[in-house]
Amino acid sequence: MSEQQMILRMVGISKAFPGVQALDDVSFEVAAGEVLGLVGENGAGKSTLMKILSGAYRKDAGRIFIQGREVNIENPNHAQRLGIAIIYQEFNLTPNQTAAANIFIGCEPRRLRLGRLVSFVDRRGMEREAQEHLDRVGARVPATALIRDLSVAEQQMVEVAKALAVEARIIVMDEPTSALGEDEVEKLFEIISTLKEQGIAVVFITHRLEEVFRVADRVVVLRDGRRVGSMSIDEAAPEEIIHLMVGRELGDMFHKEKAEIGAPLLEVRGLTRRGVVEDVSFTLRRGEILGFAGLVGAGRTETARLLFGADPKDAGEVYVDGKSVKINSPIDAVTAGIGLVPEDRGNQGLILNLSLLENIVLPTLDHYARAGWWIDRQGLRHTAQEYVDKLDIRTPHLEQKAVFLSGGNQQKAVVAKWLASQPRVLIMDEPTRGIDVGAKAEVHALMGRLAQAGVGIIMISSELPEILGMSDRVLVMAEGRVAAILDQEEATQEAIMAYASGEEIGTSIPVGFDEPEVPERR
Amino acid sequence: MTETVRSPGKLRIKWGQFRELNVLVALFLLCAFFYWRRPETFIKPANLAVIMRFIATFGTLAIGEVLVIITGGIDLSVGSMIAFTGVTTAWMILKGVGNLLPPVGMVPAIFIALLLGALVGIWHGLFVTKLGIPPFIITLGTWLIARGAAAYITRGYPQVFETGHPFLILGQGTVGGIPISFLILLGVAVVISIVLNYTPLGYRIYAVGGNIEAARLSGVNVDRVRIFCYATSGFLAALTGVILASRLGQGTPVVGSAYELWGIAAAVIGGTSLMGGEGTVLGAILGSAIVGVMQNGMVLTNVSSYLQDVILGIVLVVAVVYDTLRRSGRKLRFWRK
Repeated sequence: MSEQQMILRMVGISKAFPGVQALDDVSFEVAAGEVLGLVGENGAGKSTLMKILSGAYRKDAGRIFIQGREVNIENPNHAQRLGIAIIYQEFNLTPNQTAAANIFIGCEPRRLRLGRLVSFVDRRGMEREAQEHLDRVGARVPATALIRDLSVAEQQMVEVAKALAVEARIIVMDEPTSALGEDEVEKLFEIISTLKEQGIAVVFITHRLEEVFRVADRVVVLRDGRRVGSMSIDEAAPEEIIHLMVGRELGDMFHKEKAEIGAPLLEVRGLTRRGVVEDVSFTLRRGEILGFAGLVGAGRTETARLLFGADPKDAGEVYVDGKSVKINSPIDAVTAGIGLVPEDRGNQGLILNLSLLENIVLPTLDHYARAGWWIDRQGLRHTAQEYVDKLDIRTPHLEQKAVFLSGGNQQKAVVAKWLASQPRVLIMDEPTRGIDVGAKAEVHALMGRLAQAGVGIIMISSELPEILGMSDRVLVMAEGRVAAILDQEEATQEAIMAYASGEEIGTSIPVGFDEPEVPERR
Repeated sequence: MTETVRSPGKLRIKWGQFRELNVLVALFLLCAFFYWRRPETFIKPANLAVIMRFIATFGTLAIGEVLVIITGGIDLSVGSMIAFTGVTTAWMILKGVGNLLPPVGMVPAIFIALLLGALVGIWHGLFVTKLGIPPFIITLGTWLIARGAAAYITRGYPQVFETGHPFLILGQGTVGGIPISFLILLGVAVVISIVLNYTPLGYRIYAVGGNIEAARLSGVNVDRVRIFCYATSGFLAALTGVILASRLGQGTPVVGSAYELWGIAAAVIGGTSLMGGEGTVLGAILGSAIVGVMQNGMVLTNVSSYLQDVILGIVLVVAVVYDTLRRSGRKLRFWRK
């Protein structure tokens, strides 16, 4: 494609954060009417690159050209005026306003102008125009609907309509499918092709390869803040892209050490939170990894939170080592030797503004209190350092704020925090979601070692290969209930999916199951 | 305060990251300025005592606010609590409580007043934690209730101590030229600093302020931590109330008006973030010292009392803007290139 057609060119972009070179001399370009897939593992720099484009971050070096003209993007507003619209994973919509008001936020059509300063919003005109934009993206959403009444997919359409309303020529979508169901994803792909026909350049950020092959014309691969590949989608092969993303072969995925499974450790009887989790019972043995499989919304995370005392339960008993324990709050759970590595590490697992050290010792502070209250700082550092070494958490020093750690290292920090408390039962909710493949393998190896040491692990995962590769037994949940508990021999991809989707026997792939990010190799 | 200073085990302070240094330098410059303008009066022991009493009052309040603000809350009740506890202390010493109690001794009266302050703080904490009432609202309620109650008990009349009453030593006495109230502030500062920096509770206070959900899921009793902070703020307000009653020689329902705002201002000038998670005792004291020195200096240099508030308001805004910019690493630019 020739220079003139390139609507956006980013050349030699670099950006460093304390302790990390997030982007190192990255260049890419996109043409009008082109869909560019931007792929890479988490931490590869995709989001940073787009935040620079949106004016949210300032670049350390590099140049940006829009339609051949060099621009210096000052702030998000400036980016918008340059025709750049970014749709983030978390939408920027105000829930208590209408779709129309959101679409025209900040540039509402006016009427009855009285001089430069006084004017009134032309509400009807705004709603009419908003409806046009919504129709343009094929959204069956009334412009007068309140955002809070819309589904996630509909909200996303409002975001796209909003981009059209400001006449965006470049629309960036950051992991747009992560919150969507399968048919909603289809719908999104239709919208993207509509945008394409209208000559809009779309940058599609994802880590799901099959989506790239569905919608993208070209793909750019980032790894560790560098651009490692760029090819037309016709020339690309999935294996090649994976290889570029990872930079190494994936020989030993899910290589699990054999652990000796011992006596029952944790027994859960009739755990219930009405409407969410119904009558969940299971037993976890020493050294066992019990996989929790199921569709999104099947109640796996909710079960874990109930067990951990994070949410109030309506009924249910918990026994540790055959002894009944009352768990009404996370404090009780920690006392009983249960740890929870939550799904959302940024908001629930770590205190991002505190140091790595403080995060690691938080659950066990009392252990370091001499005479009951005076903290033994030396002991604290010693323990934190021990787990940083043991888990190979890459950080310049213990005082590094958690926010500056990469996704994988953050996850290891959450695990370290619980290991320091020497739990008997560790609940891990999506332990490898959003971390790069290398860190993933390390977390898996760590789980194997913990099991060998006699810890019982509950692993919630939406990746079937992970469930199959790591679990000794698999508990399948459907609609808040236990659909089946399968032994290793019984647990096959087909069986799990059948139970998860509520069918007795069936091989159809149910909607909403996360496809594996990388092909299974065992 | 920077993570370096507060981080466990790191005893060496990196001065470049030492946030209070800015405030300290500003304070030094202020003192130098007023000394230059009024060399005879500014460093007179009597004047220094005036400044120290001022710092004692607002520093104590600011320390309480710092604790509450770190956890993401606010305490608007302290000014009214000063009046309420001052009045009740005087009342208990001079008249007893109606027909229920005869006049009590000084020590029990002070003890009861402090307990009262802590209980009101616990009351705030319970509303905030167990019922989820915004701290702004529940302490605003007490802001009205406490001052109203103080006026009601006394029917609006001050409860005056006669000259030479031993109670007056607390607020008016000095030890080696240093006001007792200032020494009390130093004691409070040392105790709260130790709590914040060297005890599990202190770590948990910062954790709750940083991310309350993550703290809860780490097994931290977040309700207890927050209640502690409100209780301490109430206790320190009561302490200030007792000292002010002693200093003024009377328990009066009109004392302490808007002091909560001065306490918050001092905390913020000292680097406490209203977003929660950040703040130090040293910052609170330095912040109140800035306000105290400025107010005193402006009186000495005959600045109009109306203008004094204007200047202090500007200082507050400049301090917060500077701190915000410094924290976000942005440069201040009023124009586009």
